[in-house]
Amino acid sequence: MFCDFLLALAFLTNFSLAVSGRINKVIQMAVFQGVLLGLMPIAMGLGRHFHILLMALAAIVVKGWLIPFLFRRAFKEAKIQREVDPYISYPASLILCALGTGLSLLMAQHLPLPPDTPHPLLLPASMATLFTGCLLLVSRKKAITQVVGYLVLENGIYLFGLLLVEEMPLLVETGILLDLFVGIFIMGIVIHHISAAFDSMDTHNLSKLKD
Amino acid sequence: MIPYGLALLLVALSGIPGLFLQKGGGRIAAILQGLGALAGLTASLHLLCGGRPWTLSLPATPLGSAGLLHFDAIAAFFLIPVLLVPACGSLFGVGYWRDRDENASRLHLLYGLLTAFLALLVAASHAFTFLLGWEGMAMAAFFLVITEDRNPETRRAGWIYLVSTHTGTLCLLGAFALVSAATGSFAFSAFPAGLAGTGRLTAAFVLFLLGFGFKMGAFPLHFWLPPAHAAAPSHVSAFMSGVLIKMGVLGLVRFLAWVPDPPLWWGGVLVILGALSGILGVAFALGQHSLKRLLAYHSIENIGIILLGIGIGSIGKSTGHLEIMVLGYGGGLLHVLNHSLFKGLLFLAAGSVVHATGTQNLEELGGLARSMPRTSAGFLTGAWAICGLPPLNGFISEWLIYLAAFRGLILTRSPWPILTLTALAIIGALALACFCKAFGIVFLGEPRSEHATHAHESPRTMLVPMGILGGACILIGLFSFLGLPGLDRLVADLAGQQVLPGIGELAHLPALSVLAIPLLGLACLLWRWARAMPSARQVPTWDCGYAAATPRMQYTASSLADGLVSGMRIVLLPKVRWRRILAIFPSPRRFHSHLPDPVLDRVASPGLDLLSRFLILFRILQRGYLAVYLLYVMLTLIFLLVWMVV
Repeated sequence: MFCDFLLALAFLTNFSLAVSGRINKVIQMAVFQGVLLGLMPIAMGLGRHFHILLMALAAIVVKGWLIPFLFRRAFKEAKIQREVDPYISYPASLILCALGTGLSLLMAQHLPLPPDTPHPLLLPASMATLFTGCLLLVSRKKAITQVVGYLVLENGIYLFGLLLVEEMPLLVETGILLDLFVGIFIMGIVIHHISAAFDSMDTHNLSKLKD
Repeated sequence: MIPYGLALLLVALSGIPGLFLQKGGGRIAAILQGLGALAGLTASLHLLCGGRPWTLSLPATPLGSAGLLHFDAIAAFFLIPVLLVPACGSLFGVGYWRDRDENASRLHLLYGLLTAFLALLVAASHAFTFLLGWEGMAMAAFFLVITEDRNPETRRAGWIYLVSTHTGTLCLLGAFALVSAATGSFAFSAFPAGLAGTGRLTAAFVLFLLGFGFKMGAFPLHFWLPPAHAAAPSHVSAFMSGVLIKMGVLGLVRFLAWVPDPPLWWGGVLVILGALSGILGVAFALGQHSLKRLLAYHSIENIGIILLGIGIGSIGKSTGHLEIMVLGYGGGLLHVLNHSLFKGLLFLAAGSVVHATGTQNLEELGGLARSMPRTSAGFLTGAWAICGLPPLNGFISEWLIYLAAFRGLILTRSPWPILTLTALAIIGALALACFCKAFGIVFLGEPRSEHATHAHESPRTMLVPMGILGGACILIGLFSFLGLPGLDRLVADLAGQQVLPGIGELAHLPALSVLAIPLLGLACLLWRWARAMPSARQVPTWDCGYAAATPRMQYTASSLADGLVSGMRIVLLPKVRWRRILAIFPSPRRFHSHLPDPVLDRVASPGLDLLSRFLILFRILQRGYLAVYLLYVMLTLIFLLVWMVV
């Protein structure tokens, strides 16, 4: 029950991510979603496995504290304006996000997975989150919002991993988390350099680099 | 099995020490290659003299079984040139490409790796191992061709080679997919049973012919060969021309061995391809101004001769005349070995000339026989052999093919033997003319430029490999009957039948040796007698009354071949620019002639330009925005998901 509640919240955060115009708010939502999903293993009653508990804790710490910390630093250094600056309008984003959510609900029934799963919402939620992450990656101009896109994408992957959590070795999950951390760390550096070189964080400027 | 493995290991590692050493890398590579060649030749000779073939399953990898090696007579036979020529080549390289020269350690490493891939390829008996060796060979050879990668011409030659070799590999992938779909296995041992009587044989034959034809350089697919051979360092050209292109023949031979009853028209196609390659190869060689390019066109010609032999052999198999098959296959395969020996020798001699003079332009050479007597003796031996003159090895293999064609003429009613005979005769005559030109212009007469005037004989490390290859040419020419058991066994493996007429009795090889040896002895005696004569006076030849004869009054490479080239101008389409001299006291005039390659310069290059103009339309996909690329990924992902669900 609590589990379904968390998943419903994840769906809602997806929509909220799609329409938020402020960078601050987008980051907050992504972090909130991360912590939310960090609680999922406990809600699913997997607390008896020590290593899963440990992983959940690590996910909460990384997503709830370490990554926001990195974001704040990037903010301070790059003097970022507060607008998200999308390629497409917010209503369009919202419609696409809704379409994606619908598509994931539709497709989740056809995927070749074990049919007797106790959490029927888990798979659609994970795919909808993946889709939202992709949408953020594709439709936002600024480098920092793209990083948020990766973060949301990873939330989706994490959720997907929960489906298989009892079969998946600890190493894989640690690897995913480490990936995310390093990715965001590097993106922070990249953002710093983009803003230093172009005096803005707009990835538009990078198109000059093509041959 | 152990000598083969040892050989593979030694040659693969031969370039590694050179990576860590300031100097001496070339020497170590040459020693390791030599040891590897000794080990490998032991394995080959042991098998050809009656040893048992062996099979080895390579260890399984996470991607599945890495395949099989099967060391049979075909593998043993092809292993001989595969190890002998690079061993000679790397020794030659010690003097030719010094350790301080451009990319020397890369050259040593890849030379060894290419040898190892080829050695793997000859014994491969699984599609995976075969393609692994094939791709390894293609890549290693590409990097060897572009050794002098600062030169734009070299880079262009490298790209042309890379594109054509990969087109060939694509055909091979298709062919193997087809064959394994028909037989349900990727192991070669399952192919003969599975291939019998399937409808896909024709498609497989065409695809294999295309794939292997690119590698062989059979006529319309030959266009990568002249630029690549001219651009590569000479010992690499020797290796590629002598050995690498023969891997196409190896593939073709393997394929023919799988098919128990080839249709008659296959032999016909092979004969036509062979005749085309042979005649056009030598005709284009005649008009070349660059020594290495000339030799490269001769490789195409010799591939033509090999194809004629194999084609006639296949016709013999289809019509059930075993002696035609034995002679044709035997001649074609023996020519593989022979060509690798004398073409290796010729390219090394050409390398020696390039090393001494710094140019491969025929118009700037001349008179080198006096300053480089040993190199010129080596070149003459190779030229003698490649023209198919007795008593050297080229004669033996062409003799076998001639005999096969004559028997075909008598025994079958098909037109192919006549075509083979005509083509062989034309090729022989033109090759002789071409090597008269090559040897005469480079080594005889007076030096045509400063480069040739200051030429010097090459160091011993470059002469010894030429001696080894030349010695092998003479040995096979004089004592061919000694190799008969091996050749019989080879043909038996290829034909898939064990009881066959012997080549020796069919071709009277012992009699040839008996005839040749006393004649050669007589020639030696005559030569010694001539040398013992009181030395001749050195006087100028009659100079037609000119007051001051200069080297420029000699025949040039173009003028010597002009009679033949302009005689064949309907086919060759040479580009000649000059103006007729009409006045009595004419002003200086220029003459320019050039023989463009019919496929590369008239079809492939314009065609590829057209293709790239079309493909440039896809540049709009490259926007330079990360978001757009991510969008492509996302769209693909969604498409795949939807496709899977629907």
